[in-house]
Amino acid sequence: MWEIIQTYWLYYLIGQYPEGPLGGLALTLVLAALALLLAFPVGILLALCRLSHYRSLRWPVTAVVYVVRGTPLLMVVFWAYFLLPSLTGQMTDQFNTMLAALVIFDGAYLSEIIRAGIQAIPKGQTESARSLGFNYLQAMRLVILPQALRNMLPSLVNQFVSTIKETSLGYIISLNEVSFVATQINTQLLTRPAEVYLLLGLTYFVLCFGLSRVAFWLERRLAAGVAHQ
Amino acid sequence: MNSFDVPMLLSGQYHDWLVSGFALSIKLALITLVIALPLALVVAVLRLAPIAMLRAVGVVFVEAIRNVPLLAHMLFWYFGAPEVLPDSIKAWLYERDVEAASAVIALVLYTAAYMSEDIRSGIRSIPKEQMEAGRALGFSFLGTMRLVILPQALRMTVPPLISQTLNLWKNTSIAMVIGVAELMYQAQQVESASFRSFESFAFATVGYLMISLAITGAAAWYHHHYPVRSA
Repeated sequence: MWEIIQTYWLYYLIGQYPEGPLGGLALTLVLAALALLLAFPVGILLALCRLSHYRSLRWPVTAVVYVVRGTPLLMVVFWAYFLLPSLTGQMTDQFNTMLAALVIFDGAYLSEIIRAGIQAIPKGQTESARSLGFNYLQAMRLVILPQALRNMLPSLVNQFVSTIKETSLGYIISLNEVSFVATQINTQLLTRPAEVYLLLGLTYFVLCFGLSRVAFWLERRLAAGVAHQ
Repeated sequence: MNSFDVPMLLSGQYHDWLVSGFALSIKLALITLVIALPLALVVAVLRLAPIAMLRAVGVVFVEAIRNVPLLAHMLFWYFGAPEVLPDSIKAWLYERDVEAASAVIALVLYTAAYMSEDIRSGIRSIPKEQMEAGRALGFSFLGTMRLVILPQALRMTVPPLISQTLNLWKNTSIAMVIGVAELMYQAQQVESASFRSFESFAFATVGYLMISLAITGAAAWYHHHYPVRSA
């Protein structure tokens, strides 16, 4: 295993960059971070629609969230792969296909986290904000969301862990992320699949386990903060 | 784009491919569920065992599996694991359905790791006096678990286990990576043979949604008939 790392570490970490496109572990991280960042506003929007008083907003969005949560991510990836070029009228590369699929998928999941976070804030907060003269959106933006997001922080870090794991599906559309790169290395070596894939598993483990410890630590800190108040 | 070709999905060769994929997906999910549930129970009890060594085994199992994507598990069990076996066993394996076997192994381990966490939190929600009372009455650790704790805990664990079953159902789609001919694989086969992307993906989506909604419905039914009681 040690020789494999010595020979391929740079390729494994950044792909063919700077001669070619960015790949490997760096691409996995960039994709996951970008997906979560873009999915976040989508999630807030969907959550607000699901909590809306207007049925014409609440029902269709609830249906969309149920459909997305009831389908595998792979299905969403295939739809994106197939629909994006005909919608935008030009070829979509693998990175943007995967990004679009992840934003839709994570947006739906995040909306559930955000909805639960908003619902956990006592109703009195909205009522007092409204009676102080804020309109609905101001009350949301200035009073409810800042508190809700703070409480959601551990769940958001956990969602990031899930997103990192989800980027591995880019493998199927030949996106140059770390699982795909590992397979490329395996094809070059041919005889040592067990070691290569063990290394791949270990890489994900270090990354995701580390992050989930961060989430755990945040949770404890937030709980301690609440106890102090 | 041509109009949506419904007859193609209702009969003929492509229909047969898709239906066989759908059946295999369901089979994968059921086999995995049957093996993963008892394994999850064992791991959950291990994590609460009175011996530190056993607890460590449980923690390592759960963390090592949960923090690696299912796709990497599949790749490892399909490409990696058979290579370290002796040649005779390997030959025996490759005569059989090694794709499906690797997929089931990966799915079982992955699902069991998640389910064991749900069962563990169910067990932990039972007041610890119950365990103490059981032990004081002369039951062993396992005896108390089996006769006192688990019957109460498992009732509470059903809703999270149902939602894990939903995840399992969606996760079966990843088995296509190693060439298991389940629904997603067949949808892609039909797509590349007929160039009817919209039809084949629509079939697969409806197939996945139907089972997902049925599982969600089961969760709602359970919630309605057995509402959460505080212990």
